[in-house]
Amino acid sequence: MIKSILIFNNHGKPRLIRFYQYFAEDMQQQIIRETFHLVSKRDDNVCNFLEGGSLIGGSDYKLIYRHYATLYFVFCVDSSESELGILDLIQVFVETLDKCFENVCELDLIFHMDKVHYILQEVVMGGMVLETNMNDIVAQVELQNRMEKSEGGLSAAPARAVSAVKNMNLPEMPRNINIGDINIKVPSLSPF
Amino acid sequence: MALKIVKGSIDRMFDKNLQDLVRGIRNHKEEEAKYISTCIDEIKQELKQDNIAVKANAVCKLTYLQMLGYDVSWAAFNIVEVMSSSKFTYKRIGYLAASQCFHESTDVIMLTTNQIRKDLSSPNQYDTGVALTGLSCFVTPDLARDLANDIMTLMSHTKPYIRKKAVLIMYKVFLKYPESLRPAFPRLKEKLEDPDPGVQSAAVNVICELARRNPKNYLSLAPLFFKLMTSSTNNWVLIKIIKLFGALTPLEPRLGKKLIEPLTNLIHSTSAMSLLYECVNTVIAVLISLSSGMPNHSASIQLCVQKLRILIEDSDQNLKYLGLLAMSKILKTHPKSVQSHKDLILQCLDDKDESIRLRALDLLYGMVSKKNLMEIVKKLMLHVDKAEGTTYRDELLTKIIDICSQSNYQYITNFEWYISILVELTRLEGTRHGHLIASQMLDVAIRVKAIRGFAVAQMATLLDNAHLLTGNVQRKGICEVLYAAAWICGEFSEHLENPMQTLEAMLRPKVATLPGHIQAVYVQNAAKLFATVLKSGEGSADSKAAQEMMIERLPLFVQSANLEVQERASCILQLVKYIQKLQQKDVEIAEEVIALFAGELNPVAPKAQKKVPVPEGLDLDAWINEPPSESESEDEQPRAIFSKEEPKYSRPRHTEVDEKELAKRREVRKQEQASNPFYIKSSPSSQKVYQEGPGVEHIPVVQIDLTVPLKVPGLPMSDQYVKLEEERRQKDRADKKKKEKKKRKEKRGGGRGKKHDSGPESEEDITPAHMVDIVTEEMPENALPSDDDDKDPNDPHKALDIDLDKPLADSEKLPVRSHRAAEVLKSPTEDVDAERTVVSQEPKKKSSKEKKEKKKDKDRKKSKEEKKKKKHKHEDKGEDLLGGQEDEPVVQSEETIEVAAPPTSTTAEVSDLDFWLSNAPVPSNAQEAAPVAAAAAAAEADPVPEAASGAAPDSEPEEPKDTEAEETKSSKHKKKKQKKEKEEKEKKKKKKHHHHHRHSDAGGEESVQNGTVEEEEEEEEPLPPMSNYCLLAENSYIKMMLEDADQVNDIQGNLQDGSQVVVSVIFENKCESFLKSMEFNVLDSLNSKLQRPEGSGAHDALSVPFQLPPGVSNEARFVFTMQSIVMPQKLKGTLTFIVKNEDSSTHEKLEFKLHFTCTSYLITTPCYSDAFAKLLESGDLKCSSVKLEGISMPFHHLLARICFHHHFSVVERIDSCASMYSRSIQGHHVCLLVKTSEQTVSIDAKCDEPTLLGNVLDEIKQTFSQC
Repeated sequence: MIKSILIFNNHGKPRLIRFYQYFAEDMQQQIIRETFHLVSKRDDNVCNFLEGGSLIGGSDYKLIYRHYATLYFVFCVDSSESELGILDLIQVFVETLDKCFENVCELDLIFHMDKVHYILQEVVMGGMVLETNMNDIVAQVELQNRMEKSEGGLSAAPARAVSAVKNMNLPEMPRNINIGDINIKVPSLSPF
Repeated sequence: MALKIVKGSIDRMFDKNLQDLVRGIRNHKEEEAKYISTCIDEIKQELKQDNIAVKANAVCKLTYLQMLGYDVSWAAFNIVEVMSSSKFTYKRIGYLAASQCFHESTDVIMLTTNQIRKDLSSPNQYDTGVALTGLSCFVTPDLARDLANDIMTLMSHTKPYIRKKAVLIMYKVFLKYPESLRPAFPRLKEKLEDPDPGVQSAAVNVICELARRNPKNYLSLAPLFFKLMTSSTNNWVLIKIIKLFGALTPLEPRLGKKLIEPLTNLIHSTSAMSLLYECVNTVIAVLISLSSGMPNHSASIQLCVQKLRILIEDSDQNLKYLGLLAMSKILKTHPKSVQSHKDLILQCLDDKDESIRLRALDLLYGMVSKKNLMEIVKKLMLHVDKAEGTTYRDELLTKIIDICSQSNYQYITNFEWYISILVELTRLEGTRHGHLIASQMLDVAIRVKAIRGFAVAQMATLLDNAHLLTGNVQRKGICEVLYAAAWICGEFSEHLENPMQTLEAMLRPKVATLPGHIQAVYVQNAAKLFATVLKSGEGSADSKAAQEMMIERLPLFVQSANLEVQERASCILQLVKYIQKLQQKDVEIAEEVIALFAGELNPVAPKAQKKVPVPEGLDLDAWINEPPSESESEDEQPRAIFSKEEPKYSRPRHTEVDEKELAKRREVRKQEQASNPFYIKSSPSSQKVYQEGPGVEHIPVVQIDLTVPLKVPGLPMSDQYVKLEEERRQKDRADKKKKEKKKRKEKRGGGRGKKHDSGPESEEDITPAHMVDIVTEEMPENALPSDDDDKDPNDPHKALDIDLDKPLADSEKLPVRSHRAAEVLKSPTEDVDAERTVVSQEPKKKSSKEKKEKKKDKDRKKSKEEKKKKKHKHEDKGEDLLGGQEDEPVVQSEETIEVAAPPTSTTAEVSDLDFWLSNAPVPSNAQEAAPVAAAAAAAEADPVPEAASGAAPDSEPEEPKDTEAEETKSSKHKKKKQKKEKEEKEKKKKKKHHHHHRHSDAGGEESVQNGTVEEEEEEEEPLPPMSNYCLLAENSYIKMMLEDADQVNDIQGNLQDGSQVVVSVIFENKCESFLKSMEFNVLDSLNSKLQRPEGSGAHDALSVPFQLPPGVSNEARFVFTMQSIVMPQKLKGTLTFIVKNEDSSTHEKLEFKLHFTCTSYLITTPCYSDAFAKLLESGDLKCSSVKLEGISMPFHHLLARICFHHHFSVVERIDSCASMYSRSIQGHHVCLLVKTSEQTVSIDAKCDEPTLLGNVLDEIKQTFSQC
């Protein structure tokens, strides 16, 4: 069983957290901090296994992680999972992300946490490995995205509503909605 | 102006989606918390909006904030709202949020049951998928119980995507609701042979997870897994199976023998490191289980060790790590094979990777022998000096101590060396393990008597140099050592060379800076030392000086802030003063003072107290005095006051015992007290204590070898011992050689002497430097050696320790899903249910757990009663309780599943396994005998050649027996089946005659009643049973039952992509043969088409995704697309299948007609009365009406019937008048106004599609004309 999956960056900022066992929010943050502390001080050329931190439970558990550029992908698993298998799984997951986002980088994960979750849901379900074939995973994710698109996506309804209101053409209407980094290229569905 | 405000607010509401939120947080790095709190305020505003899109957006943002550590449980209800949206986009967001923040104590979870159920049965596979994924994260015992049946149905879904997920989630369901394991297991087992590899993998995954915790229940699956292992090419599946075998082999050594060969082959052939590694691991497990009796297993060990060496030598650190990990497993049983790789492991100690170093350390633990202990520890000591970072150094320290002290200091030949190592360890900077060293010192000094002299000398040096240990404030941890040092010096002060000096060291003013408990020990032991000094020469200068020193220095401790120190110091100070006084009177006092501290302290095992056995004849549960009989309330007091775990010596029950007995007992007690170290003895000496039993005192203690210097000036260096040891061994060896030479010379005349003298010295050759007798820890007499007190009572897997081979009992069937219509109806009880007591008139279900429990209990009782009643009724017709299940009234059962587990007899299963295990490691035809494997074999195209090729000669005599077993089994099925059917028919007849509420649907075919009472429905008043299942077609082989399901959930979605109707068909195998390759086909009409998978032609048949063993039924769902729904439809169809007997197989065909009523296009849709009124006012609807005569049923039953059979919901009900609403899958509104007076019911109806309305009314009329 996989107990939790954490993705955080080189500074310990969480990018995705997925616990398959309940922890309260503050405990979750503490686990992230501790895990980051454990993982970050390890060189890149040492092994990818860590005997569990005190928080994430027991001698049966192991941390298995991979470090890609700015991100750490950490899986906490028990002894029923094969260590090398999980390493492969992380690789599959990252490759899937790469395929779905087209050259994935940290920014993709930052701005599309929900989508990363949806992809992860096709790989691991309730702590058990669901699918390991990348093509199958990508196909399922894309089918679902297509479905979402056919429904008009999350922002469709408000977009219509806003544009209706906007088209009433009131002079002092604040038009500048985009307040974020302009440099960040976000392949977003947002029509704003 | 107002418009402006509105517009502004709308704008603000909509301007932030998840990306904007993230961007905003990144732009407000300095005041992130403040920014987020404003965002949360906005989100709260958004959640108040009616627009579901806005809500979904807000929930999406909350999910992000949850990741940042914000508690979003306050929005749980909104999350549920978003989950129940009909759009997939929103639903997905809702479920994601729920899976991130719901947990068992989230109270809104209980609101989700129906929503999840609806999603699970959605025709859109992704709605189902999303619901399953979400549920896997937040399933609670309640949800698991309520949904287990639905999920089980999904395990046979047509789409592998759903099957896969349904299979996986079953594990979570089992954990939360262990009762579901047995009924669901047959189907789970079936999935091991699913055509889709993903589903198969999921099933393997779940079973492995289950078997890991309770392996013995899954042994019978070994043949099946074995077959999978030899046939599968999926490494994931292989790894899981191989891991599972690793868990199974300890229980069944024969399995291990069978496994070795295929595993070895895999090791040789695979290129995947992960698989290789797991194979090696399992081979190791096998070898451990076959500790002996396997002739050539040394080859396997060699293979493993050799492969592991390759892993360890690999440059990939991961492989190195795993290699070491696996090596440590071999070590436990085959230490010799590992020890030859000591070089490699010591090399790993130098690795830069801490994980690897720690693993290597673990290995060292098992690799030590008497021979190499010193060498290894020396190496570790070097690492201790080099180590950076206290954690690793502390780890090393504990490892050194572990290694040395393991199995009762088995490997230590020279305790002086060990003491010096311990003393050296005290020099470590900033270690946390001072207490560990201290306890080792104490343990060794107490238990190894021969070493006391040396230990005391070393401890005296330590005390003298205490400033080195305490000098640095940061070295707090290590000063614990002084505790041990002081105690040892005091307790064994007779060994002290110079007690005066030590006494002085113990009373230095600096001692007052030590922690209180250490000071206390100092003070106490100073007194012991004083006694020793006094004894060595009363009246001498030394003793006088000691006296003065005590009187001078002790007041410092009397002022201590620590109570313990204060108390002891003042007591001892007074004592010394008193002694002084006596001495002034020239009284000899030394003997008396020394008597204060006489006696020996013995080590007591930590568990000794627990292990005291209950004396024979003592019943701890029995009353000593009978309780007063009149007070009944006191009877209820738990008996646990005397628990069995804590045996006590309790008083005998009867007090009148004769004098002899008393004397005897006194003697026994005396002896007990004497051997009890906690009991203060009357005699000052402990000599007597050990008179009986294996007296430690009587073991001859050899004097310490004189070549070892007893006094080491300054702090000792352990290294010199290594050298000394070497010399000593060489000397020993030389001696031995000499002796042997002598012997040989003597023997030469007689015959050939042994020649293997020059080989490497073996363990036994090493004689300890000095004979040590290690005092064992005391245990009470008759203590039981078994140790089972380590099990965790809270392990959730304990509940899953269930025997899976037992046939399924009726009572175990899963609760069947039933309607929980919002429109709960009230009615007086009637007919069959007349005797049922009305529990409550309250229509709403309270969901507090306690209540449920109570309800359950009541329910159980009731259903029992009912069963009895029923039985009684049927008795005259000679029916037994077998069919009792069917008798129970179903409260609006909408869908029923018979959990059809083929009752497999346990004995047959076991003997099959035995047979399989005793066989050659070829997947032989023996498998076919096992009921599981029978299915497997049948699935293969042609099992006959396989059986022939299997042809292991020894398997043939077994075969007839097994097939016989199968035959009897299936005949049992047949009988049962026949009985059941007969029963059903009779029942049907009866019902038709006597109870007018029996009703058949869809064209007047006979309806069959199924299912069990849903437990929670108790509070609702009982309704007559209803079912939408009807017989579709039947022949001698198979029975098809149809539910013209209307499970179309997503109206909007369906409005866009055409309308779909789901048809659930239950296939039931009525014959005693195996049914397979079932194909379902329907002739499409212009209007309605069966949905076929992409790529298949318009007339292709759909294969049914399961096979049917005899007596089993299963459900499949088919989706139809409808163009127009205003008219009822009839479709012709055929079912083709292959009937497979032992020797023949025939193609069979069954024709049927599918009848789609207009009703089946209606979806139960709740409607509020205001919306209903508006709808009626709108004027778009056409009117129509119908009158029903001679309806005698109560009004609420009438309504319930319409609701149930025609998918309406009650909008409003006033007396004998009710308005009802339903909606078609294409969005037509159908409104009814139902009025009743006397026996006449008039229904006025309005709908925007008159044809549809007419047909629906006709169907309603038909429904009621039948009852």
